[in-house]
Amino acid sequence: MTTNTIAYIIEGRRVRQRRWIVVTSILAVLSVVLCCAMLMLGNKNYPVQDVLRALTGEKIKGVSFAVNTIRLPRMLAGLMAGFAFGIAGHTFQTMLRNPLANPNVIGITSGSGAAAVFCITMLHASDTVISIASVIAGLVTTIIIYLLSNNGRSFSIGRLILIGIGIQAMLDAVISYLMLKSAQYDLPVVMRWLSGSLNGSKMNELPPLVITIVIFAPIIIMLGKHLSILELGEQSATSLGVNTNKTRIALIVSAVIMISIATSITGPIAFVAFLSGPIAKRLVGAGFSGAIPAGLVGVILVLASDLIGQFAFETRFPVGIITGILGAPYLIYLLIRMNRKGDL
Amino acid sequence: MASTTTSINKQVSLHVPKHFTKVLVIGVILLALCVLASLVFGSRVVRWNDIIDGLFHPNAESFEASIVHKRISRTVFGLFCGAALGVSGSLMQAVTRNPIADPSILGVNTGASLFVVCGIAFLQISTASQYIWLALVGAMLTAIFVYGIGSMGRGGATPLKLVLAGAATSAALSSLVSAIMIPRSYVMDQFRFWQVGSVGAGNWDVVGTFAPFLIVGIVLAFVTAPALNALALGDEVATGLGVRTGTLRLLAAVAGVLLCGATTALAGPIGFIGLLATHVMRLVLGPDLRFVIPMSALSGAIVLTLSDVIGRVVGSPGELEVGVVTAFVGAPILILIAMKAKVRSL
Repeated sequence: MTTNTIAYIIEGRRVRQRRWIVVTSILAVLSVVLCCAMLMLGNKNYPVQDVLRALTGEKIKGVSFAVNTIRLPRMLAGLMAGFAFGIAGHTFQTMLRNPLANPNVIGITSGSGAAAVFCITMLHASDTVISIASVIAGLVTTIIIYLLSNNGRSFSIGRLILIGIGIQAMLDAVISYLMLKSAQYDLPVVMRWLSGSLNGSKMNELPPLVITIVIFAPIIIMLGKHLSILELGEQSATSLGVNTNKTRIALIVSAVIMISIATSITGPIAFVAFLSGPIAKRLVGAGFSGAIPAGLVGVILVLASDLIGQFAFETRFPVGIITGILGAPYLIYLLIRMNRKGDL
Repeated sequence: MASTTTSINKQVSLHVPKHFTKVLVIGVILLALCVLASLVFGSRVVRWNDIIDGLFHPNAESFEASIVHKRISRTVFGLFCGAALGVSGSLMQAVTRNPIADPSILGVNTGASLFVVCGIAFLQISTASQYIWLALVGAMLTAIFVYGIGSMGRGGATPLKLVLAGAATSAALSSLVSAIMIPRSYVMDQFRFWQVGSVGAGNWDVVGTFAPFLIVGIVLAFVTAPALNALALGDEVATGLGVRTGTLRLLAAVAGVLLCGATTALAGPIGFIGLLATHVMRLVLGPDLRFVIPMSALSGAIVLTLSDVIGRVVGSPGELEVGVVTAFVGAPILILIAMKAKVRSL
């Protein structure tokens, strides 16, 4: 009987592991395909070999400029921002055990956004300063929300979300004020902060994002095991030997930094951080770390939406509007389901 | 409706809250100060004798006098909007029995925006009297949708569920608004003035269009207030007291949406006034809606006029939309309510 049970558990684990590997590989392949599409498609479509030759430094008239200067930075910005949003959103959702507890909903993105817009319009700061300021603002916003929702009473996710929405309304007001005060020629940059866009991504903006992902994505992935234990609840986690506070702080800080840097480059691309986690969880199933699949889903969402925004309509839409239109119905569906089940 | 109202009035004697007179006097003085400030401040500060000139000599032709003339209509419009939003907030909170119901939180503003944009883009409408009907329909549909989602499942419409349903719906609708607007530059141009309109667009024509809606909404609010008090005790008790809860809810909700929809149509999206005005008044005066509703109108008018003045001073030489200021002033109230609420009731 016992051996049977154990065999059953091991078998189940193997099935889930296989599913995780299959799903993750499919997601990875899809991401690569979309990356190639981002490089090949445009005002003029180029075949793979031309793109490859241009990437390796060969000078081809027209192709080199289009691919290396316009499409490559756009693709890389989308790739990395999508990955960062996906992983960070997943981290928040898992840790707070509520898919709605998400940097976009509780105002952290708006905090980074307000700081970045301030640096751009008022200080005309360099890219480094903008990144640092948006990270600090993101962390400070997180701390304020946490402290307000934790003042002496029992902590509740519901309270945190409500307070976060209030904070977000205030920060959005700050952003509107800054935009009103900004000079005409700053507006295109600032407009990104309304919807999130990959337009005008430049190579020299990308290094901070690369560094952040290289440092913090592994931390989150390695802590992934602890994360799934945290999901069981505080007490179970402590009794299973996880130092809940340290793990939680490390995870929050990493996630906020990733979100803030990505936001400072592409703007708050609506719903990507929110959607990636639940979609990845659905595809992969429970039991294994969802961080990598969530990151890949984020990449796919951003790149696919950007392609749709560029080519599906007569007008070019920024990526944030497409993700907004795609994501909002899912959010409403999720709300309806959670309300029915009484999770809220 | 009338019969239920009088029967309730007979049962509950009019018990005037302790601080009522004090609050009323302070409110009226504050309102007078705000109105005065609204006439004085702006991108150009006007001297006293010019204000008196502008007020009492309608034919005065000096530059300052004409500024004052414009500011008078703007101030009146601001007062109307503030009163409408204050009453609308009280009604919605009473109908949903929920302390955070506010037009902006329920997504009603964005719903009205979407319908106005569609009207500009697809039906080629361009006048305020046409906006107002579309905005009302949009506001009504969105309110029903959001409340429907928020009240599903166990526990009915808790503050958290309502806020989330409203936020999600707003996000969805504003994406749609952008998607409709971006390819059509003429819509963007027209809509921009509506969106940024704030109370700056208020001239006597706009005030005239607004007045019937304001009067109908406020009369409905006053008529339903006593019965809404009974509703606060719970549907069963209210039915036992002879209130037809379905009809009452419908009437009060129609009045609430009428007030905020008309305001949104003419002034653009202005949030958090209803939340702020009603919450403060309920704190001071207690739960009796017969006092809370009129005083919310007063405090709403104060908050909106003050926010408008702040917006003009801070945003000088241009002006900051009043909606931005009210979000900054009003959102802390949401945070406070969330902090004070018991975990269970979220």
